Amino acid sequence: MEGIKKMEPTAGIQGLPAQNREEKDHFAPSAFSTNRKKTMMWVFIISDALLFGTFLAVYTFERFISPTWPDRWKIFDPGYLAVMTVVLLSSSTFMATAVEGLKQGKMKRFGFFYTITILCGIGFLGMQAHEWAHFIGLGARLNTNPWGVPLFSGLFFMITGFHGFHVLTGVLILSFIGILKAVGKVSDDTIELAGMYWSFVDLVWVFILAVIYLL
Amino acid sequence: METKTLEAHHKIPGFWRHYIFSTNHKIIGIQYLITSFFVALTAAGMAMLIRLEIAWPEHSWPLLGRIFPGAFPGGVMRPEVYAALFTMHGTLMVFFFLSAALVGGFGNFLIPLQIGADDMAFPFLNMLSYWVYLLGFLVMISSFFFSPGGPASAGWTSYPPLSAIKSAVAGSNWGQSFWIVGMAFFIASFTMGGLNFVTTVLSMRAKGLNMMRLPLTTWALFVTAAVGIFAFPALTAAVIMLFLDRHFGTSFFLPSGLYVAGKLLNNKGGSPLLWQHLFWFLGHPEVYIVMLPAMGFTSDILSTFCRKPIFGYAAMVGSILAIGSLSFIVWGHHMFVSGMNPYLGMFFDITTLIIAVPSAIKTFNWMATLWGGKIQLTTPMLFALAFISLFVTGGLSGIFLAAAPADIQLHDTYFVISHFHFIMAGASLFGILGATNFWFPKMFGKMMNETLGKLHFWITFITYYCVFFPMMFLGLHGEMRRLYDPIQYYTMFKPLQPINVFISINAFILGAAQLIFAFNFFWSMFKGKKASSNPWNANGLEWTLPSPPPYENWEGEPPEVYRWPYDYSYPEAPKDYLPQIVPDKAIAAGNF
Amino acid sequence: MKTSKRPLEAYFLFLVFILIVVLGSASFFKKWMPPLASNRISIDQMMTALFIVTGVFFVGVQGLTGYFIWKYSNQNVEKAAYVSGSHALEITWTLGTAVILAVFGVWSVRVWRKTVIQPPPSHALQVEVVAQQFSWNFLYPNQDGVFGKLNPQYISFLNPLGLDPKDPASRGDIWTKDNLYLPVGKPVVLKIRSLDVVHSFFVPDFRVKQDAVPGMAISTWFIPEKKGKYEIACSQFCGRGHYTMRGTCYVVSQKRFRKELKHLRKEDEGE
Repeated sequence: MEGIKKMEPTAGIQGLPAQNREEKDHFAPSAFSTNRKKTMMWVFIISDALLFGTFLAVYTFERFISPTWPDRWKIFDPGYLAVMTVVLLSSSTFMATAVEGLKQGKMKRFGFFYTITILCGIGFLGMQAHEWAHFIGLGARLNTNPWGVPLFSGLFFMITGFHGFHVLTGVLILSFIGILKAVGKVSDDTIELAGMYWSFVDLVWVFILAVIYLL
Repeated sequence: METKTLEAHHKIPGFWRHYIFSTNHKIIGIQYLITSFFVALTAAGMAMLIRLEIAWPEHSWPLLGRIFPGAFPGGVMRPEVYAALFTMHGTLMVFFFLSAALVGGFGNFLIPLQIGADDMAFPFLNMLSYWVYLLGFLVMISSFFFSPGGPASAGWTSYPPLSAIKSAVAGSNWGQSFWIVGMAFFIASFTMGGLNFVTTVLSMRAKGLNMMRLPLTTWALFVTAAVGIFAFPALTAAVIMLFLDRHFGTSFFLPSGLYVAGKLLNNKGGSPLLWQHLFWFLGHPEVYIVMLPAMGFTSDILSTFCRKPIFGYAAMVGSILAIGSLSFIVWGHHMFVSGMNPYLGMFFDITTLIIAVPSAIKTFNWMATLWGGKIQLTTPMLFALAFISLFVTGGLSGIFLAAAPADIQLHDTYFVISHFHFIMAGASLFGILGATNFWFPKMFGKMMNETLGKLHFWITFITYYCVFFPMMFLGLHGEMRRLYDPIQYYTMFKPLQPINVFISINAFILGAAQLIFAFNFFWSMFKGKKASSNPWNANGLEWTLPSPPPYENWEGEPPEVYRWPYDYSYPEAPKDYLPQIVPDKAIAAGNF
Repeated sequence: MKTSKRPLEAYFLFLVFILIVVLGSASFFKKWMPPLASNRISIDQMMTALFIVTGVFFVGVQGLTGYFIWKYSNQNVEKAAYVSGSHALEITWTLGTAVILAVFGVWSVRVWRKTVIQPPPSHALQVEVVAQQFSWNFLYPNQDGVFGKLNPQYISFLNPLGLDPKDPASRGDIWTKDNLYLPVGKPVVLKIRSLDVVHSFFVPDFRVKQDAVPGMAISTWFIPEKKGKYEIACSQFCGRGHYTMRGTCYVVSQKRFRKELKHLRKEDEGE
């Protein structure tokens, strides 16, 4: 991108030569000094983040046009929620540690934390499944809500379900490339990309937690 | 280091991998282009039937009755069929023709060639993008044959509750679900393509090709891809919720107390306006998704055939970026009379007028490019000039629709139809036609026939004005869009009916003229005059390769770029063009 | 190659551009819109100004494009001018466009405030408009001036809008279908609702359009200023019978209006 400063395409109207013919400028392969897979991952993450953003905006919109909204503290168990959050967020740290280990060539360390990350993901999914089962047992459905406005349960199941689907995808991807890594068929880059996706999925949870559970 | 991996599989694969399941950007681009032309012919056929109905409402056409006995009982079109036709016409044209041809077709073909890359960043993803697009189109079109109740018929905007409740309109029975699935495929395909384009432009440019030396075509396609990636998630979310509303009893878009077809529904609490917000949050950027690439093509074609640098390159790039980013905050101008908070209307009124500024800058720059040029009136140039004309007509009518109080009168009338057929549909269409004529030699190594091309241009340009300009007067008089029979119930539209007949007759000529283009396209592909590597004496990197280019463009030896692509009539150069790969030292020698 | 001739297309193209300009401006002098029959003259004034300004730009830009094509397709020069920009020119037209658009921005916002945001006068006549597939229903309050509550669960053949029978205010409310009577010169507030899908209440002669959205009651107000019979259109596609969804608005004198209401009330009670 250094080229921009040197460029001055607007010459005078008299037809003076434009000055964009510098021969000495440097090879600028990319706007970000990162490889193309990472660039794509970033763009994908922004796009996916906007999808979650839309869902949360919808939640906020429906909440404000609704005359009443259920009291979330009566529905959710804060302790259970805290454990879920800790499990998922700490998995991000484990993943980062694993990638760090990979970069330093400490394969044991990598294997250990990588496995813990996957286990945390599975743990989170299990807890979410249990939470869903609990609510469904109490009579909550996409269109019925024992605690008041039915819109709330529709939004709750849709958004947490969509996030859970992302976590599930993440767990599957991590397991799959984990196995490939074990037989030496995947590059460190790919592991790092999966790590980026995993951190994103965890970060989204923070926003879901804030908008649906807390606010 | 990337080039090494490419060299590893450097040979041309067999027939299936080369032409059908190809991962090569040029083949994928051509696949996209030809498929989208087929979509356009289908959707144009629908438009002909729509015009037939509007000009001679409820008239019996025995021939049609014999061909489509179900849709034309006794030769008279059923109202449900009319609704299905305008819905599918809009959906297919906007998404499956314009977006696909501009972004999928030309984006794939041109981006690597113009930035000096051998292929896209992710060729396999690219192939997937095409096949998912085709699948989406097949789902859409199959709703005509397999969907109980016929295809979706709530308009291409699919406003709920009409689109959400099965008893509200026939097409909401199963057709709307086909529509949702088809759109989901399209969004997936566009996202895959967009990720590829953004990454490719950012990370695979040839040595010396900094962002401010990119051709405006690549700039426009790059911004388009980014806009698509950021805008489509809103529609993704919306169609997911519409699907849940339709099949799982949720009420995201359905309020309490709906009373449809004699039955009280038990939906509670949703908002139909929410859909409109989400749809137009995508819908308006989508307009620029089909507008920006056509602007890019026009800039390049104009510069080439004026033999003159594009005027105000930096301002052009700035306008593309400004339009791309402003397009996200203008969606509410589709909703001035929707019941949205009127204070929001003021906000969207202002933002929409602001987005007119970069559009005006582009127009003035194109005109200044013409000024003092040495104009060559080739077929692509004619289309580019017509583009300016259509863009100006459409743009100026857009100011009426941006001004909220005027929109009270004009919203949902033929004025809107006229406006967007000039600017978003027409200008883009002319962009596509111009670009096809321009880059055809590079695609197939043959020239398109100029005589046929000019004949096609003249009929298209003149009838296009005759079809869509009179619609403004219909709209000003208040005639609404989507009327199956405009005169049976409304006496106020009876005096306007001759205008509708005039429009329809011209529409048929316009439609028929496209067959000339189709013939020219396929005939030239096989029988056309052989094209040299640079038939137009243009500067871009793509013109330094043979026509058609080798399977892996530069085959691992990317070119080095020394200048922008607009050095036409450079005073010190021996010829009136100066390719991007010529260093200053080599100018005097003139050996290029 | 000094004597390069201007190609035939150049003349042709120039002619077409001029034709566009001539036709565009000729239509300029015709009556564009149905004559105004309400107080919303500010919309018409703004649109007239828009016609003039966009008309000037239309003629200027199309004409100049045509002229440039004609002129520069016959350049007896070796090379075109090597010009790639001009700060002065670019700044001029950017600012020029911005100023004109800013004027219309301010103007349109002012008109918008006047027609849409400004609340109606307190003595305005209140009418409920209920859209359904595919007809318009109008509801006038009884002498107390208060509407009965509408609740779709009470909808039946005799009570098509679902007036709450337990609400004392609903007694004596007058319901009419497809025909709307309005007294001339008196402000009227339309409270627009829909029972099923999105419709849009549109009277071109009044410059009034407002979507009818289920689940919402959206008010819009105006003053009908000319006696006469006007067609009410549904301008939002609402299903199979969208094209049949036409109502009629009769703007009549105060006296006649009272008579019509009395007549309608009798008809309602007769049922």
